[in-house]
Order: sequence, then C-alpha cells, then structure tokens
Amino acid sequence: MTFKQMFTSSVGKKLVMAFTGIFLVLFLVVHAGLNACIWAMDGGVMFNKAGHFMGSYVVPRVLEIGLFLGIFLHIIQGYMLTLENRSKRSVGYAVSYKDGSKWYSRSMAILGTILLMFFIIHWKHFWIPSRITGVEEIDLGNGFVVHNLYAVMQETFQSLWVVIFYVISCISLGYHLAHGFQSAFKTIGVHNKKYHVLISSIGYGFAIVIPLVFALMPISFYLHWVN
Amino acid sequence: MLDSKIPAGKLDDKWVDYKGHCKLVNPANKRKMEVIIVGTGLAGASAAAAMGELGYKVKAFCFQDSPRRAHSIAAQGGINAAKNYQNDGDSVFRLFYDTIKGGDYRAREANVHRLAEVSANIIDQCVAQGVPFAREYGGLLSNRSFGGTQVQRTFYAAGQTGQQLLIGAYQALERQVALGNVTMHTRHEMLDIVKIDGKAKGIIARNLITGELEKHFGHAVLICSGGYGNVYYLSTNAMGSNVTAAWKAHKQGAYFANPCFTQIHPTCIPVSGDHQSKLTLMSESLRNDGRIWVPKNVGETRKANDIPEADRDYFLERRYPAFGNLVPRDVASRAAKERCDAGFGVGTSKQAVYLDYAAAIERYGKIEVSKQGLSNVSHEQIIALGKEVVKEKYGNLFEMYAKITGENPYEVPMRIYPAVHYTMGGLWVDYELQTTVPGLYALGEANFSDHGANRLGASALMQGLADGYFVAPYTVGNNLADEIYNAAIPTTHPAFEEAAKKVAERIQLLKNINGTQTVESFHKRLGKIIWDKCGMARNEEGLKQAIAEVQALKKEFWSDVRIPGEINEYNPELDKANRVADFIELGELMCVDALNRNESCGGHFREEYQTPEGEALRDDENFMYVAAWENKGDHDWTLHKEELKYDVIQPSQRNYK
Amino acid sequence: MSQNKMNLKLKVWRQKNAQTTGAFVTYNVEGISDEMSFLEMLDILNEKLITEGGEPVAFDHDCREGICGMCSLYINGKPHGPWQANTTCQLHMRAFKDGETIVIEPWRANSFPIVKDLTVDRSAFDRIIQAGGYISVNTGNAVDGNSLPIEKQNADDAFAAAMCIGCGACVAACKNSSAMLFLSAKVSHLALLPQGAPERKTRVLSMVAQMDKEGFGSCTNTGACEATCPKEISIANIARLNSEYLSAGLTSE
Repeated sequence: MTFKQMFTSSVGKKLVMAFTGIFLVLFLVVHAGLNACIWAMDGGVMFNKAGHFMGSYVVPRVLEIGLFLGIFLHIIQGYMLTLENRSKRSVGYAVSYKDGSKWYSRSMAILGTILLMFFIIHWKHFWIPSRITGVEEIDLGNGFVVHNLYAVMQETFQSLWVVIFYVISCISLGYHLAHGFQSAFKTIGVHNKKYHVLISSIGYGFAIVIPLVFALMPISFYLHWVN
Repeated sequence: MLDSKIPAGKLDDKWVDYKGHCKLVNPANKRKMEVIIVGTGLAGASAAAAMGELGYKVKAFCFQDSPRRAHSIAAQGGINAAKNYQNDGDSVFRLFYDTIKGGDYRAREANVHRLAEVSANIIDQCVAQGVPFAREYGGLLSNRSFGGTQVQRTFYAAGQTGQQLLIGAYQALERQVALGNVTMHTRHEMLDIVKIDGKAKGIIARNLITGELEKHFGHAVLICSGGYGNVYYLSTNAMGSNVTAAWKAHKQGAYFANPCFTQIHPTCIPVSGDHQSKLTLMSESLRNDGRIWVPKNVGETRKANDIPEADRDYFLERRYPAFGNLVPRDVASRAAKERCDAGFGVGTSKQAVYLDYAAAIERYGKIEVSKQGLSNVSHEQIIALGKEVVKEKYGNLFEMYAKITGENPYEVPMRIYPAVHYTMGGLWVDYELQTTVPGLYALGEANFSDHGANRLGASALMQGLADGYFVAPYTVGNNLADEIYNAAIPTTHPAFEEAAKKVAERIQLLKNINGTQTVESFHKRLGKIIWDKCGMARNEEGLKQAIAEVQALKKEFWSDVRIPGEINEYNPELDKANRVADFIELGELMCVDALNRNESCGGHFREEYQTPEGEALRDDENFMYVAAWENKGDHDWTLHKEELKYDVIQPSQRNYK
Repeated sequence: MSQNKMNLKLKVWRQKNAQTTGAFVTYNVEGISDEMSFLEMLDILNEKLITEGGEPVAFDHDCREGICGMCSLYINGKPHGPWQANTTCQLHMRAFKDGETIVIEPWRANSFPIVKDLTVDRSAFDRIIQAGGYISVNTGNAVDGNSLPIEKQNADDAFAAAMCIGCGACVAACKNSSAMLFLSAKVSHLALLPQGAPERKTRVLSMVAQMDKEGFGSCTNTGACEATCPKEISIANIARLNSEYLSAGLTSE
C-alpha cells in the first residue's frame, strides 16, 4: 500500500485530520504561553521580546511555514470530509438523532468555520501588519528594536465588538477542542481504556484552560487589567 | 424397500471405512460440478463453505437478506463435543449413547455414531475460524452441562453460541464468495425441485425483491432449510422459518420421515396474549442453576417470594432425583404441563411454572465470599455478590426476560412454559444424507436422521455443522463422481421450463383467490389446531379431528385467502402465503404420522400409551421404525418403514430417576 | 400482569421501490396492549390494512428475539427506538404513552438503498466481510482446540466485538453514514485472537477499502453508533481499527 492510498482512504483522511489537529494543539500551547507574557506587568517588554524571537529567527520561521501548511490542510481536509460525509445520505431523517452524541461533536465544521473567520480577522489584526504591512517599532534599549505588538494589542482590544468576537471564538475553540482533542487520539488508535480515560480528562482540561487563557487577553486589555 | 446404505462393519469403523473407500472427484472435474445449496444456516453455510473450498461451483440460496441471519443464530446454550477436556469420563461412545438414549431409541445408530465421532473436529474447526468460545483463566476452553447428560461436554459462547458458530460459518462462506467458488443468492426462495430422468438437477427460485422466477441447474441439490416448527404458528423459530423447500422436495418424491417428532422446549417465556407473534426461548443452560417449582396448593394467591419453602413443589427434583432439573427436554416439558393441567400453574394465565434463581444467587454469593476472603458479610452482601456472578453467566438472558416481561428476574422467579422449539422429523435421508430422490440431499434440521424422537440440548448445532463441514463433502462427492460424465444441462431444457411454468401458475392461482381473510389469520388457526391436538400430548380422537379440521382449513385457504400487492414486486405477504399453504399440507401429515404411531416416545406423547406414573410408554415391538411417508397426491400418503436395528445399544425404558 | 390499552398515531415512511420517491403516511392504531412488541403492533396495522384492501407496510424482521439483526426501523429519531441496548423486535409498547405519535423511518444511507417502505438493502455489509472478515482456514486444517490457549481478557474482548449482529443501526445513527463500528467489530474480533494474526494487515486494509467503495462515510468519533448499538459494541473498537490500519499501512509494502 502506497502512502497515497493510505492517506486518501476514509481512515487515512481522518489520520491527516488527527495528526494536523494534534500539531495545532501543540501550537496552541506555544501561542498561549508566549502571549501570557502580556501579564508580566512590564509594559509589554517581555511580550515584545517573545514576539521578536518568533518573527526573526530561522527555526520559528520554518516552523511557521509548517504551521500554515498544517492549518490549511486541516481546514481543507475538514471541509472536504464534511461535504463528502454529508453526501452519503441524500434523503435525511424527519426526526434527527440527538441523544447519542454531543452537539459539538456533530458541529465540528460549524465550530471550525467560526475559527476560520477568527483566523482571518486575527491575521489581519496582527500577523499581516507584523510580517507584511509593518508595525510601529520600539527600542528596548541598546539598539534592540522590535515590533511593538503589545501596543497593537492594546489598541485592537479597545473595541468592544472585537473583544466579543474574540471571546466567542475562544468558546468555539473550547468546544472544538473538547471533541477534537480526544477524537484525534482515538483516530490515531489509542484504544486502551486506561489511556483513553486519561486522554479524555486531559482533553477536557485542555479545552477549558487554553481558550480561557486566550479569552482573558482581550478582556484584560479591554478592562485595563494590563496597561 | 428403503435402503439406508449403512456401511457394513463394526460401528466404530463404519465412517472411517466409508471415507477410505468413497469415490473422489479430481480437482479439474470438481470445477465443472455445480452444487445447489438451499438455506444458509449452520448446515447450509458450512456445506457451501466446505464444498466451495473443495472447488465445486456452489450456488447458495437464502430467503433472508444475508446468510448471517439464518435462525441457527438464535441457538443460545451451546454445542456438544466428545472432547473430554473436563476429564469427567466423556467419550465418543458416551456422546453416541446419550444421544441415542435421549432420542428414545428412534435414531439410527450408524448416523449418531458418526455424529459423535466428528463432534470433536467441529470444535477444532470453529476455534481455528476464530469462534470466541468461552474460556477459563488458563486460556483453555470452558464447558458446561446440559439436559440429559451427566458430563460437561457443552462448549459455549455466553448465551450466543449459535450466533458465534453461524458467524464462523458465514465468514467461511463469504470467503468462498470472495474467491468466486460460491455464488450467493440472498432474498431468494426455492419454490420447486427440477427433476430430469428421475434425478434432482436444479431448482426454481423466486427472487423475492423482483418476484421473478429463476431457473438454476445443479448436479446435486442440498436442502438445508431447517425445521418446520412454525407449523404451530407460535414457536421459538424465526418468523420466516418455513418448510417450503423441504415440502417441495417431498412433493417431488422425497419421503418425509417422522413428522410427528417435534420438540417442545421446557423453558420459554409464556404467552401473554392473542397478539403474540412468536415465543422466546430461555436457554436450557438456565436449568444448570435455576430450580423449577410450582406452589403445593391449588389456587395459591401469594406472590412467588412470599411462598415459603414448605409450600413449594420442586417437581422435577421430586420426580427425577438423579437428573433433577436437568432431565431431557421432553420429560421436563411434560412434567410442567402435567402440573399446570392439574391446576398448579402460576401467573395470570396459570400456564407457567417458576424458574427460580434465588438459591443459585445465594450459593454463588457464598462462593464469592470465600474466594475473596471476606468476613462479617451480611446476607444482603452475599446476595449482591451472587447476583454479579449470575449476571456474568446469564446476564443477556436475564436482560431479555426483563425486556419482554417487564419483570426483574434477579428479584422474582422467572415464569416459564414449554414451547415448540425443534423438529426432529424431516426429509428421510440415507447414511449419505441423500433423500429418496437421487441427487437430492437434506442436511441439518431439514433431515430426520440423528435425534430420534427427542433431541438433547446442544446437539442441533453439532448436527448442522457435522453434516455441512464433515459429512456432505464426502458423501455428495461420492455420488458426484458418477456425474462427471454429465455436462451441465442448460436451463432452457423443457423440464426447467415446465417446472417454472407450474410454479408461476400456482402463484397466480393464489393471487387470484382475492378472498377476505389474511394469510396470518390462516396461519394462526392452523397453529391452534396443531398445538391443541398434535402438541405436547396427543390422542387418537383429537388427531382424527385435527386431520379433518386441517383439510377443511386447506379448502378455505384456497378459496378465501387475500394477498395484497403484485406478484412481480417485493411482496412479503405473497411469500408468506406460499409458505403457509405448505404448512397446512404438512400439518395434515404430522397428524397422520402421530395417529399411526401408537406408542409414546420422546417428543411424541400419546395419552393412550403411558406408564402408571405418567411416563412415555414405548412399543419397541411394533414401532421401532422410521416412518417415511411418500406423497401420492392430495391428502394421500403411503407409509414406508425403515426398521431400526440396535447392534450396540440395548434399548430400555429411559430412566432419569 | 395488567394490560393497558392505548391508541396511537403512526407516521410511517411509504415508498414503493428504490426508483420512486417516498412520503410519510399517517395511520391510527387502536387498542394496542402495552405487553405487545413494537413489531406486533405493526402486525396489527398490517392486518388492518390488508383487510381494508390496502397495502401492508413492508419491514424486515425475522427472529424477533434480538439476535438475527434483520429488523431495523428508525423510531422517533433513534435506530431501534427509545430503549438502550435493544433491537426493534425487543422493543415493547410499554415504552410509549396513549395518544402518542410515533414516527417510523427506514435506515437512511445511500449505501443502504430502500427496497420498499421500511425495508433496506444491507448487502454492502456482506461485501465488506467478503473483503477479509474471516480467517482463511479450510475445513479439516484445524489443530486441537485447546492447543492454542488464549488470554481470557482477549477472548472476552473478541467475543464482545463478535456479538455484532450486523443490523446497520450504527450506520443509521451516524451523521456521516459511516460503517466503522460494524467494520471495527469484525476487525477487532479477529485481531484479538492469535488465529487472526497471519491476515491481520491485509484484512484491515482491504476491509477499509471495501467500506469506502461501498460509499459509507468516515468516522468522526461522535459516539452515536455506540449509543444506539443493540449489542453495545464499544467505540474503542474503532480506535483499535485505526491503530490496526495505521500500523498495517505504515509497515505493508
């Protein structure tokens, strides 16, 4: 069996979703960790340094390319799978079966779409200015000049609508992870009950903690918990 | 004269000698030989798989949507094999002996011995196929005991042994389908045998989806279509189980043997009302641990749990101390009926007895206490532990009972009553499983051969698989060796055309009646006549009435049945009408046979012939024969007798006391 | 046992055959005892329809004791009706209330085309088994049954997976019409036993390929199949199938 055959079967496509999903989960940890620097209460110095590190060195930049590939693969594959799966039942039920599964497990595509819209706006807010159109710079002393992303954040999150949109997106992320985290591990074949319980618990914890951390960022700026 | 073709020689050597000397077909010729198999339960699926593996071109037919659904799947308890893994004295001879005795000395010694010989191979074959039999902690196969035996030789897979064995055979069959050796025709019903020069050369089958009639040629035709218990309407058989294939064979010249030998299973869930469409079996394995009782007082009004020990009558333990609750099925059923008829029955209908697990739960609870080394245990804890054990052993059966009755069998005794379960009678076959029509064979429950007048528990699965995996491939081959000179006959042959035309005409006739009564209502009425007069107890007067009633019913059916829909479409009512028409004819023959057999033996109990204690009274002098009936036309049969010779076993009155 | 009688309204999917389109038709049934099974209630409807000169409702059923897997029916939004771990034939009318409306639909999946009314064609399952759901052992090849001890846990797990009755409720329940629970039950059954080892890799790969060819959807682990399965086949089997697939795919030539 060729790799192509392997990864284009129904199980293979799910494997692609799972592997990219787990990769994105790892990215979320890094992203949340770096962004948590805003709470260093140093006027954004540490945060801007972290941002500079991510944007100026080879290793993170290469990883960034991988990240983009992963995201796009996850999105495209996700949409294709959804469409394909929908096409398997041309005539639907008059009464749908809701008790057997969680609503968010059935709504991964909708949650994912919210997240996609979020990414576009999020990139427009931060990534595109930082990488392409340019961001106001700040000298951290000794001629160490970096993008003042902290200031961009401060400014962006003064808008209530933006904050609300970010919070809704974080909730979507939470539900997406609540299903996605443990589903990914099932797809890559974790079937031992012991590990399955462990992964489910970690998954639910992760689905609460990470989105909460992200959601607190715009809220912190909006409510001026950080300045 | 009926020639059963039993090989000469010592009983132990007959099958070995047969296999050593039977004719073979070389592999190149096998590819040219076509074999038709009707029915894909244990016998049919295993035969199709085994014949396919040998290289024959097999065409298999079943009326269900998949071979995996055949009613063998519903067998719960287990499958016997003379493995003696328990070191409790089992042997081929003992399995042979128990089966002959259990059958009340109305089975053929040579066939039964062969069955016992191959029983061990069946277990090996099934294990190799991946059948997940129950195992002990050491990883080895587990056994339990069943009615009518004093050894533990029953292999099982929880309460789903039939399912697991059938899935094993089904997988072997599907493998042959994948390899191109077997062509599977699902949702097809055989509606006639095609004979050319006196030999069976094919069948007419109806595609149940389109209604089209199809002609299929075969050098041999194997009927593996199961039993005819549904003649009673209410039975533990599946709704679709029918006698049609066997009956068509009978009408084409195959003798029908011992039709009155029907088995009433003692432990079924009682009938709850007129709406009832089928009865559900509670595995015989429940009698391993459950105790059967009725109140000692007629008109007892207390609830089961409120009746003290002193007022309970454990009637099987009382009457049969040696075997107790594990007497054979016919004996247990009759004893339950006797108590109910005498007014001791329980439940609203008073047609039920209790099957009580309270003692077993307590016993297992105490074992658990000592196993787990607990001390200071309350009675409640013991009961809770015991329930856990019982749940592991019989959980699925208890759940099924709870679903159907709405009662919790862990708390209150189950109510059970006998129900029609298996038919020992069937197409007469010789040692080679060939009917009286050359080239036409019958395997499994469809034939009459191995169980005599009463089948022991866990023997049906054994027989089905023995016939299919280990007997038919040799015996059919022996006869096919002579067929290699005969090329396949095209189905344009006039015999096929004529047979198809006759089938079409009959269907048209049925459809044209356009009367007022439904097929189902006729079936119910037939069932009631047969159950009342040719059921657990029969007598001359009743049987004569039954014959007249069934004849009248037949006339009424053919003038007033109503079949909706069209012929050339998916029409389950039409399928059912075809089957019920055959059941009516069979019902008459059953009564004729029961009337002829002036003795009581096994499942056939004639009230006129019983001992003072109410046990069955055989008449070996006059009735030690197989009654094989030849059809001569409407309501007309001729009896042919095959004398049963017991060279090894000395028949005696069965004693389970 | 006291019998309660009830009157019910049935919304039943009627469709002449695979070529035509279907629609719901409403029927009233009266005097239904709560001791009846669901299928016996349909029997009564059919008897009434036939007597009145109508066409009975076609539905698959056979053993009526929950083991053959023939009965289907999607009742009030759940395969096999409201009870857990149950087949339609074992569903009894005490699950419903007097005056209730019951919606009865066929299994819906393009891989299970409708034959008539509530009857569907599930032959795709047979073809999936043909693709490798067996152990290749010819009759007569077997060694002694006790020559191969099997760890009790594995034997029990294999049995739990082998309990699948092939009814198709998992496909009917799945929003993706995926057959993964059915497939994984067979793969697990055979993968857990040493007898199944020689064909372990080819089995999973070709069975998945056949499932895809039959047009079933892919699994998104929602768990609806497990929740509706009459034999409570665990979704852990799907994870096991995935792991079998992954290792077979990576290590096969």
